[in-house]
Amino acid sequence: MSAEPKASGALAGIRVVELSHERGALAGKLLADMGADVVVVEPPGGSRLRSWGPFVDDVPDPERSLAWWHYNTSKRGVVCDLESDAGRAIFRRLLARADLVLECEDPGRLAALGLDHADLARAELVWVSITPFGRAQPGRADLATDLTVLAAGGPVWSCGYDDHSLPPVRGLGFQGYSTACHYAVMSALTALLWRGDSGEGQLVDVSMHAAANVTTEMASYNYLVAGTTVQRQTGRHAMEMLTLPSQVRCADGRYVNTGVPPRQPKEYAGLLRWLRELGITDQFPEAVFLELGAQRDFIDLSKIGVDDEITAIFTAGREALAFAASRLSAYDFFVGCQRAGMPVGVIYSPEEAFEDPHFVARGFQTPVEHPELGRTIRYPGAPYRFEKTPWRISRRAPRLGEHTAEVLAELS
Amino acid sequence: MSARALARLRICDFSGQLAGAGATKWLAAFGAEVIRIEDPVKQGTWDILRMMPPFVDERRGVDFGGGFNNHNVEKLGITLNLRTEKGRELLHEIVRRSDVVAENFAAGVLAKMGLPYERMQQLRPDIIYVSNCGFGHSGPYASFKTWGPIVQAVSGLTFTSGLPEREPAGWGYSFMDHTGAYVMATAILMALLHRQRTGEGQWVDLSCTDAGLALHGPALLDWTVNGRPLRRPGVPHSNRSEHPAMAPHGIYPAAGDDEWLAIACRSDAEWRALAGVVRQPWADEPRLATLAGRLAAQDELDAQLARWTRGRTKAAAVAVLQAAGVPAAPVAKPAERVDGDPATAGFGLWPTVQHGKMGAVRVDGLPVHFSKTDWEISRGGPCLGEHTEQVLTGLLGLSPDDVAKLRAEGVV
Repeated sequence: MSAEPKASGALAGIRVVELSHERGALAGKLLADMGADVVVVEPPGGSRLRSWGPFVDDVPDPERSLAWWHYNTSKRGVVCDLESDAGRAIFRRLLARADLVLECEDPGRLAALGLDHADLARAELVWVSITPFGRAQPGRADLATDLTVLAAGGPVWSCGYDDHSLPPVRGLGFQGYSTACHYAVMSALTALLWRGDSGEGQLVDVSMHAAANVTTEMASYNYLVAGTTVQRQTGRHAMEMLTLPSQVRCADGRYVNTGVPPRQPKEYAGLLRWLRELGITDQFPEAVFLELGAQRDFIDLSKIGVDDEITAIFTAGREALAFAASRLSAYDFFVGCQRAGMPVGVIYSPEEAFEDPHFVARGFQTPVEHPELGRTIRYPGAPYRFEKTPWRISRRAPRLGEHTAEVLAELS
Repeated sequence: MSARALARLRICDFSGQLAGAGATKWLAAFGAEVIRIEDPVKQGTWDILRMMPPFVDERRGVDFGGGFNNHNVEKLGITLNLRTEKGRELLHEIVRRSDVVAENFAAGVLAKMGLPYERMQQLRPDIIYVSNCGFGHSGPYASFKTWGPIVQAVSGLTFTSGLPEREPAGWGYSFMDHTGAYVMATAILMALLHRQRTGEGQWVDLSCTDAGLALHGPALLDWTVNGRPLRRPGVPHSNRSEHPAMAPHGIYPAAGDDEWLAIACRSDAEWRALAGVVRQPWADEPRLATLAGRLAAQDELDAQLARWTRGRTKAAAVAVLQAAGVPAAPVAKPAERVDGDPATAGFGLWPTVQHGKMGAVRVDGLPVHFSKTDWEISRGGPCLGEHTEQVLTGLLGLSPDDVAKLRAEGVV
């Protein structure tokens, strides 16, 4: 058996101290899985994230939280009580050798403990703070959750159904936190690059509320530019005007997104060829218009609704997709239509995507050893594939205090 | 003007739409010289946002797309006809002088345009090449094409946003174009840090569907560890919070037309605080005093709470709940969070840029602030070819006459 490869990720050698918090755990993971030495600091009872399910075999236990497992891969764990003098002394020593601090405390908590940026920063330290509204903005940080961030920040307004008697919808997966964490990581890396040039660290103030506000696509910039307000629609972009549905139920009862209807001659040709391969053109009389579309050199979309033939071609393209979907399973529609040249998508549940042959072939499933359970668990994999410094889960999430002695020994 | 964190960097940028342009927007805002390369023959319309609404007035055309301006602030824009030998030579000279080549074409397109990764390496041995496409450059679906909603469909994000026993609501905007851009910027910055330390460049293959699938972390572990799928009856019910378990937790109606607010009770104490605010007999029932009791009665609890919220404006309901220490937030409409929210305006989140033809336009800023090298956004997105002469003379040393000749020959 070959020896464990030595960590040599893109961020090898960068020392990060992360004060554990559910808001920022993904940021630490993104750095740790690329080779940074991330020490996650927990209070004596363990991080609050350890109380979040789901749990292994549905048995609630701080060592069995799958939320903790996922968001803390590749990190080392240290227990340190910031409410005690001894704990604060350890935290200061940890920071004294860190390149980067990542913390998500409500504004004022660290200052009250004498542990804020103003108290501890060295000239070359990069300090990234994620707070619900920013360090100096109004707002009840103590009352912010993923749901409230996404509601007040704009994303929820744009998501939901055509039927506006139903409430707008928040998507799952703590995406309010993930968006802030992506910005925190971009900030940390930018500040580290500049430190490499200048030798200087600095303080970065990340606002989760602001991050949600600039992650709404047209909802914000249509208002900024034209003063208009988008309206939510089932399974498609919120717009000022109602658009035609793009989510279609297939023969197996599952849904696909039919995307943008065909608009170019080669797309009509591909669509027609595919319907012929399926042997269903005789059940779709409008196929004649697909043929007309395929024969044109150019289709002027601005003539839809004006020119009868162009209107008929465009309409036939949309209807052909819906017709094919009604005859096929969602998966067969997805693969067949993509091979015919059109960007459509099967609406997978996460586990269906995880088991799909494409993601399997790309090595997305990542085996991680859990020696304490004698099990190897399949984890979600890399968001990106680096040619020379691959993303890698170097170890499962730390058990409570697992590396306290090891890290303290390094400090002395 | 403060120091610019990324002023030493030059990016040869083929990226567009939001998934690519959003990444280089970050780099440009921190001072990197981002040179967008566009096709003079197709008038840059590969990036469809060049011509798409919103518009500041009645003018239309490739220099008037509001979304394009939003995503391309602070960048330079040049045109190069890569079908011509001279156009390719000029591109090669730019690549020699660039730190990064960034693109989000479908897989393989840039190579077909004459710039495969191997060629970039010949031109600039330490080049960093980051490609961003829907399914990556390997795997069975590598040739498939996507837009943001297709990425969201296949990576499970559409499925996990919705109400039970209905079709998915999905995301009412391209959440994965935003997030794809964040992950792309992250990949560029990580590769730059590695190069800063080792001198080594590399290729990063970013697949937006990989990045999207990675966002389901704990839910995927629930599948691989516990065998529990998200496709099961009654799920997803994404305004609720199964993990961590909270009740009540949802989006509730307020007085007025399409007015809503979010409420989340994280603890029994927050529930008692809520009960103290609503002062209704149902809220005092002992069975609701515990989380288990509230989880068992969620449908009933939601209906009762909705009856209470419906009688109040969202602002009044949020104010009284927050004052009592209950997490609550308005479902903010664009105008309310852009022009009516001190936490965005006070953060400087909506800077005004000067655009060559549109004039003064407000855009999305960045949700972070750096204490020493903060971002700056003041110049609008480039008009088509706006900086062709500036870049060809300033960077490549051509004379204005040379540029005029290239223009006459259809090279730029």
